[in-house]
Amino acid sequence: MTPETRTEAESAGPRARRRRIYMDNHATTPCDPRVVEAMLPFFTEKFGNAASRNHEFGWEAEEAVTDARARIAQAIHAADPREIVFTSGATESDNLALKGVAEMFREKGNHIITVPTEHKAVVDTARYLESRGFEVTWLSPGSDGLVDLDELRAAVTDRTILISVMFANNEIGVIQPIREIAEIAAEKGVLFHSDAAQAVGKVPVDVQEMGIHLLSFSAHKIYGPKGIGALYIRRRQPRVRVAIQMHGGGHERGNRSGTLAVPLIVGFAKAVDLAVDDLTNGEIDRIRAMRDRLLHGITSRLPECHVNGSLEHRLPNNLNISFAYVEGESLLMGINDIAVSSGSACTSASLEPSYVLKAMGVGDDLAHTSIRFGLGRFNTEEEVDYVIERVVQTVNRLRELSPLWEMVQEGIDLSKMDWTGD
Amino acid sequence: MAYSRKVIEHYENPKNVGSMDKDDPDVGTGLVGAPECGDVMKLQLRINDDGLIEDARFKTFGCGSAIASSSLATEWVKGKTVDEALSIRNTEIVKELALPPVKIHCSVLAEDAIKAAIEDYRRKRARAKAGESGKAPDPVETSNSARGGE
Ligand SMILES: Cc1ncc(COP(=O)(O)O)c(C=O)c1O
Ligand code: FES
Repeated sequence: MTPETRTEAESAGPRARRRRIYMDNHATTPCDPRVVEAMLPFFTEKFGNAASRNHEFGWEAEEAVTDARARIAQAIHAADPREIVFTSGATESDNLALKGVAEMFREKGNHIITVPTEHKAVVDTARYLESRGFEVTWLSPGSDGLVDLDELRAAVTDRTILISVMFANNEIGVIQPIREIAEIAAEKGVLFHSDAAQAVGKVPVDVQEMGIHLLSFSAHKIYGPKGIGALYIRRRQPRVRVAIQMHGGGHERGNRSGTLAVPLIVGFAKAVDLAVDDLTNGEIDRIRAMRDRLLHGITSRLPECHVNGSLEHRLPNNLNISFAYVEGESLLMGINDIAVSSGSACTSASLEPSYVLKAMGVGDDLAHTSIRFGLGRFNTEEEVDYVIERVVQTVNRLRELSPLWEMVQEGIDLSKMDWTGD
Repeated sequence: MAYSRKVIEHYENPKNVGSMDKDDPDVGTGLVGAPECGDVMKLQLRINDDGLIEDARFKTFGCGSAIASSSLATEWVKGKTVDEALSIRNTEIVKELALPPVKIHCSVLAEDAIKAAIEDYRRKRARAKAGESGKAPDPVETSNSARGGE
């Protein structure tokens, strides 16, 4: 914040500084000031093009990128910095992984295995490939959101070229059995891609030890800038190659052309450093403790709260609860000083409730009442207590307003009703 | 999504929240929508012998716009005749609350709820009349129907 803007905010008086709590850290995160600080010189003084080979400006930029690439590679335990390909974010990484592998291995086979609970960047890319003649098997996750390993094993054929299963889900925070999936992939000689946009910096990610061949991740989920991410592409055992999706000047060893976004890459590396530190310096434990406090604070005071997805196999910062008989958007409206999100159809343009919850077999009635809390580095325990208070109050108020709550209190079985909706 | 001032007002201070005895012969109950669709509205009207709506109560499961639409509907029907209430159109609710296009269906639900409540009241009346003239009440009466809340 510059001194000018600070004065402006203060002169607007206390009303302008009404309390706002951000608890939607799966959607995005604020840039850490340390990240911004690391980036700043690369906008102005060190603005060179990392591909300029014949002057100091270019060398400076290239050096910064080389350093950033090495640190990012190390953070996910990649064997070689050349395995990191910078992209515009996890969406692009997912596209490059799926389309790149599909095109490259077309001769070998046309079958891909994934899960309907993936992020749209994978779901829609897989659907696109289906429309181009690839066959996609959509595994059915259990009611806890986890992939069934036997189903996965049985789905692999000699035409299978890729398994794509996300590391951790962005709505319900469920962490998939990555090692076991990788083992099946290795056994069958199939490539394994994982979207780890939500996992990096929340849980340990080790591509070598875990046997991951391609890994997508993104800076803005870990207090870095928006518009930068990476795809890890393994170079040995096996050597993975992807068909080019972005043609041009041959940057990133030909894997992704385009002038490197040096300031963003520098910020990404700083964000990754800090996020990986969080895993061991007590920060992740603090976040997990806040999440547990939120969970117990809410469920001990409100009946009929359903946690969506496995609590055991779950990101430390995620909580997803259905507040039965209270529609999600109306709840968001009641707690509008708190930023969270809902799986209700009323909040979506499509008027369809969360496809992730649907795929896990959560009924539409409960999906409409779901709220996702995403805790982060800048949340405090005091904020958590405030959120508990506001959520409990608002759910109680809206239940008093809910005809469904009333009917259930009267002992009516809602599932036996003859509803008029279509 | 940004809400209009009026939606926020109704959401924060909804008018005529509550329930009436659905077995009262003067009360018509409309229950429309479905939990799977994310919206259920219950509207009850107390109607006197002159066909005047003396009182209205609602409960709504739905977004802020649905809550506001039903709250507004209860305000509008009070003191009106049944026929006047039946002429209320969802488009008037849309206009009054400045609802965006994605929220139009929430207002449709309010219009449907008014109609369902009046229909229920009329059915009850007709049955009472039939009862007076010695006929037995409809034997296929279902206890849990959202259509008329019979
Ligand atoms: C699991 C997952 N994959 C992909 C993305 C897309 O990432 P980006 O915004 O960097 O394209 C997100 C974030 O929205 C995500 O949570
Ligand atoms: S009740 Fe779903 S949008 Fe209004």
